[in-house]
Amino acid sequence: MTVSTPGSAWKIAADVLDPELPVVTIADLGILRDVTEDDQGRVHVQITPTYSGCPAMETISADLVEALTTAGYQHVDVEFVLAPAWTTDWMSEEAKVKLAAYGVAPPGPVALVLAVRCPQCGSLDTRESSRFGSTACKSLWVCGSCREPFDHFKAH
Amino acid sequence: MSLVPYVLALADDALVSAQRTAWWISRAPELEEDLALANIGLDQLGQARSLLSYAGAVEGAGRTEDDLAYLRDDRDFRNVWLVERPQTDFGVTMARLLVFSSWQCELYAALASCGDPTVSAIAAKAVKEVAYHRDHARLWTLRLGDGTEESHQRMQAALDAEWPYVEELFEPVDGALVDPASLRTAVLDRVQSVVQDATLAVPTTAPVVGGGRRGLHTEHLGHLLADMQHLHRSHPGVTW
Repeated sequence: MTVSTPGSAWKIAADVLDPELPVVTIADLGILRDVTEDDQGRVHVQITPTYSGCPAMETISADLVEALTTAGYQHVDVEFVLAPAWTTDWMSEEAKVKLAAYGVAPPGPVALVLAVRCPQCGSLDTRESSRFGSTACKSLWVCGSCREPFDHFKAH
Repeated sequence: MSLVPYVLALADDALVSAQRTAWWISRAPELEEDLALANIGLDQLGQARSLLSYAGAVEGAGRTEDDLAYLRDDRDFRNVWLVERPQTDFGVTMARLLVFSSWQCELYAALASCGDPTVSAIAAKAVKEVAYHRDHARLWTLRLGDGTEESHQRMQAALDAEWPYVEELFEPVDGALVDPASLRTAVLDRVQSVVQDATLAVPTTAPVVGGGRRGLHTEHLGHLLADMQHLHRSHPGVTW
């Protein structure tokens, strides 16, 4: 097994997919906060939860350890950090495009309340049917044009 | 003064409330509500986990979040009575959530700028979550209070039943980072304005003298803990 070149740990960690939304990476979502590696090849990763009770954190942590050890890093530890609190403003524009293509309406800027565009037909004639969706970070919406229900990643 | 009793009190409020809220999973009146209550309970559980882990770290006796959640007896729990009683009536659940989330919102907002960096980080995260809980309870209180004659009566009865347990939230706690009494006006103003908008009457029922912060509980907490702790105690170290 070959050890990756120094500096590549971030790239490997950044490619780990979110287990609930497997079209976006944890870097895309802003969950990955920091990756450091020392001259002994030990890697320290910091991730932050979207919501305090997010059950995906354990899976993400295990996926990080697996991805990095597969790449040759022998000592990997993952730390959960809470400050500063995660916000959807950290989500990349690329992630928002991927989410929409996946059928999840992406969040707008936290400071603004905008109409939510239906990811199926693009209509802005939509309404919220529940503040709480299939995961803590999403709400349930329904489109008035195509009548389809969809998930919306809450601006937070 | 040690921070442990205070952090444990807040952790236990969130943990016991999460356990009671989780009772609704598969029992809520509609699918969306099932998801909502599951999410609310999960947020509270997440807050409890962070707080319990920190209480264990500050205590310095090597106790983990699991040790504190599963291996303490009822007399060691410091939660208020508001959250420990059964809530198998939907109106009661919403009345209680309205009070509890309004209190948590003010509490966490104040703690976000307190002198302890870890508590401040947990609170800054949690305040965004409980704002959703409060809004959810507000919408249901309006819908039921200003709904049919039947729903109005039942929502009023629910509020009357929960009201005696409100005052305990503002009692002193050892090592408090925010004086509980300082939150009283803001919390009551918020709750009362929702109650009035919902065409309901602010209850006049007298407060009970709760003892949760001193480890004195109603008979209901023991049953809740038996349910919550049974697996962990019967199979120490079990994982899946």
